[in-house]
Amino acid sequence: MSFLKLGAASALAMLVAGGALAKTDIVVAMQLEPPHLDPTSAAAGAIDSVLYSNVFEGLTRFGPDGSVNPGLAKSWDISDDGLTYTFHLNEGVTFHDGTAMDAEDVKFSLDRARAEDSANAQKALFSAIADVEVVDPATVKVMLSEPNGNFLFNMAWGDAVIVAPESIENIKQMPVGTGAFKFTNWVQGDNITLEKNGDYWGTPAKLDEVTFKFISDPTAAFAAVMAEDVDVFTGFPAPENLPQFEADPRFQVIVGNTEGETILSINNKMPPLDNVKVRKAIAHAIDRQAIIDGAMFGLGTPIGTHFAPHNPDYVDLTGNSAYDPEMSKALLAEAGFPDGFKTTLKLPPPSYARRGGEIIAAQLRAVGIETEITNLEWAQWLEQVFRGKDYGLTIVSHTEPFDIGIYARPDYYFQYDNKAFQDLIAELNKTTDPAMRTDMLHKAQTIISEDYVNGYLFQLATATVAKAGVTGLWKDAPTQATDLTAVYWAE
Amino acid sequence: MLRYALKRLVSLAISLVVASVVIFAMVEVVPGDPAAYMLGINATEETLNALRDQLGLNGTLLERYAGWVGGMLRGDFGTSYTYRTPVAEMIGERLWISLPLALFALTLSTAIAFPAGIWAASKRGSLVDTSVMGVTQLGVAIPNFWFAMLMVLVFAINLRWFNAGGFAGWDAGILPAMKSLTLPAIALALPQASILARVMRSSLLDTLGEDFIRTARAKGLSKRQALWRHALRNALIPVLTIIGLQFSFLMAGAIIIENVFFLPGLGRLVFQSISARDLIVVESVVMLLVFAVVMVNFAVDLAYAVVDPRLRVRA
Repeated sequence: MSFLKLGAASALAMLVAGGALAKTDIVVAMQLEPPHLDPTSAAAGAIDSVLYSNVFEGLTRFGPDGSVNPGLAKSWDISDDGLTYTFHLNEGVTFHDGTAMDAEDVKFSLDRARAEDSANAQKALFSAIADVEVVDPATVKVMLSEPNGNFLFNMAWGDAVIVAPESIENIKQMPVGTGAFKFTNWVQGDNITLEKNGDYWGTPAKLDEVTFKFISDPTAAFAAVMAEDVDVFTGFPAPENLPQFEADPRFQVIVGNTEGETILSINNKMPPLDNVKVRKAIAHAIDRQAIIDGAMFGLGTPIGTHFAPHNPDYVDLTGNSAYDPEMSKALLAEAGFPDGFKTTLKLPPPSYARRGGEIIAAQLRAVGIETEITNLEWAQWLEQVFRGKDYGLTIVSHTEPFDIGIYARPDYYFQYDNKAFQDLIAELNKTTDPAMRTDMLHKAQTIISEDYVNGYLFQLATATVAKAGVTGLWKDAPTQATDLTAVYWAE
Repeated sequence: MLRYALKRLVSLAISLVVASVVIFAMVEVVPGDPAAYMLGINATEETLNALRDQLGLNGTLLERYAGWVGGMLRGDFGTSYTYRTPVAEMIGERLWISLPLALFALTLSTAIAFPAGIWAASKRGSLVDTSVMGVTQLGVAIPNFWFAMLMVLVFAINLRWFNAGGFAGWDAGILPAMKSLTLPAIALALPQASILARVMRSSLLDTLGEDFIRTARAKGLSKRQALWRHALRNALIPVLTIIGLQFSFLMAGAIIIENVFFLPGLGRLVFQSISARDLIVVESVVMLLVFAVVMVNFAVDLAYAVVDPRLRVRA
């Protein structure tokens, strides 16, 4: 009976809609579930994957190509000394709880992120801010302590979204933002649902309802897509299954770039890895394409420095570390290790590291370098490798966009200490002129490539599997986001 | 009977105390800082300290153990580090999936194993017996996660009778909810049913060979009557033991099956919490599982005494 009723009701709904039969709800699956729903107090990319741009917005926002576009701020003026940014906010913007979004909220959000007791995982984004001043409800002035060429870029991060003091108390369970979708429900361990925000200030979303489902097991992910339990799977975890989806007319496979430079990180302070010749030998011992084919089933672009190939300022330096085992052996002999040496290779859980690690170990063995492989969980990796610096080699994908600046931090886990590079980055941060910045970025990429700080492997690709009719998904992942604001079902 | 029950209760209490110490020690010894895990690689030292303070991670081991056990005795399981919700609430939600799943699987396995075991024992050596033994041998040998994937392939991907996984939620009604638990329950029940059927059969055969059965037959009972009236009850002791052990396994051991079917149950919660170093959740869930296992064993001990009066006297 209830089925009959339901059928009748939906038939009626279809009639009323007057032939607009395209679906307006979507089920999007991903591997990781957010631990909580506050993008401004955790590093977990899963939070941004669900909420960035959909529920929360910042002053600026990332476009699908990684460009920085106006967000809640419709425009801005930068003072001639580069120290004062005046943001003009969009008017008539309200949070999902109905309260108005104005300059006070911007000040609150920025002050909260840079406060002493802030739990913001990217606090450095805000370090340049000296003061935030409310001019009028639609204008806010941000004063910097020194010029910062990245400031607008920094404000586009998920960690810099605008939140309201009225709803901050329960943000972890009940996120209230300004985006085109409103949060409705979270069944922990299973799904999060969003619905269209009817009062959205900008271009309204095309979908009425969005369900995010969390499926961590790669086999289960494959089954869920095949059984059409889910409409979209972003960051599909089993690249070996992609050809099967490509061949199936029910599905489309979208392969794009991420900001993840996957590198063989080297402990630059641990002998004999402190010797640049040894590091160079490692770089030439690695066959990047073999790793991409073997560990990633062909997905990924080889890199020769710590920079995303799709960035306009990228320089192709893969030639500096071309695969050449003979040269590698010669370099090792020159450095005083004709018979090679032994070191550790500590691997975090992702398959690029575990599978890639086995291949790299074999390639290094071929030139005489023996590695002792240890598999670590993330928490152990953070403690031993990242904080403890107790490692020789490790493999990790640095997924933060535009993060070449980490090479200027001598206490960072690579322990690379180069004064010239540090000065260059300091200079870069102050520079706002695009041409000068390009020049400096080229120089920076070249320095770390020629110093062989790390073994640069490949730019991590991302694969999305979706039903054939889903339109408007982002191809690349310039930030960890699943922006659904422009997604719809084509007939 | 009362003395027997009391004795069991004391050993139950001791098990729980020992378990709490062991669990706490093991979980705390595992390397990895929960705050560092949550804040990732760009966090500054001061941010980490601020978060550790918020989470109460800066106390001594003894203080934290006392706080944990004291809280549990008052029914307060603490607050999850990552989710920031009360652990008791989280366990409650997950239990609504894991408990019905375990009961479903247990019911299935018993419903299959009893008739199969009894049938095989009553027709010992026949074609029925050989095929039951053959099939159960296979059931024991097949890993249940592999069988689960196979079922997904057939029933979800090819036939489309079931979803590949996930839980419909009890709000959707009993039938859809039970439907989403059906494939996982079958996957869990298969090896259990096989073991149980084999135990049932051999235990029944042992009992059928005993003197009192011969006496019963001599008094004029048919083979069938002797089996149902006398042998079955006596053969139940080892079967009960296995059922008790199986229930514990079904509660605690469903981690893999819950992952295959992406069910938000207790097992998956433990799995996620371990990798996220959400120590308080791990400790509390494991303690709860220990408590459940100990309670089930206690119930099984009592059930022994009910089916076998000799145990009551001996105690």
